[in-house]
Amino acid sequence: MAQNSSEIRYLTPPSVEIKKKKYCRFKKNGIKYVDYKDPEFLKKFLNEQGKILPRRITGTSLKYQRKVGQAVKRARQIALLPFVTDMLK
Amino acid sequence: MLNQYETVFICTPVLSEPQVKETVKKFKEIITENGGEMLHEENWGMKKLAYPIQKKSTGFYNLFEFKVDPSFIGKLEIEFRRDERIIRFMTVKLDNYAIEYSNKRKKLQKEKTEKEG
Repeated sequence: MAQNSSEIRYLTPPSVEIKKKKYCRFKKNGIKYVDYKDPEFLKKFLNEQGKILPRRITGTSLKYQRKVGQAVKRARQIALLPFVTDMLK
Repeated sequence: MLNQYETVFICTPVLSEPQVKETVKKFKEIITENGGEMLHEENWGMKKLAYPIQKKSTGFYNLFEFKVDPSFIGKLEIEFRRDERIIRFMTVKLDNYAIEYSNKRKKLQKEKTEKEG
């Protein structure tokens, strides 16, 4: 058995997870103002219960996360988004 | 000093179309009579509310954009509160980015209506 010991073979190739880098969609697309009148857009930042998703999941930068929060709260005020719900999506 | 504001208000669904128009006209007059300048208005029509307000599940949405002295906003909000036809309102001050955005939005809407017409 004079095989090259450095060559390790696997039965199934080890799955190397390629982590997709998160990015801030506002910085990438040059959006400067988060509109509270567009509930369909704001729904991207909510979970099924209508709660605001954290930055660590959406990848939004802190500056725009604050603006998203503000916009969502305004949209709730004028009944474009619910305060609490189930199955928003 | 004039600031630019934006107000969204919801009228009760009990009203008929002409009554809604009358309400809108009333508030437009209040703004213009107090030295305000109407920049834009929008009627979104009857929309479903995300949650019931005063036991009503729909409402007529309207949007105003205007320039007015900051001291007048309090007065305007009192008028909104006194009016029984209004079930919800919200006034927001527009900053520079918001003004830029709303101009872009208006332009898009104009192009859309021109295409249709």
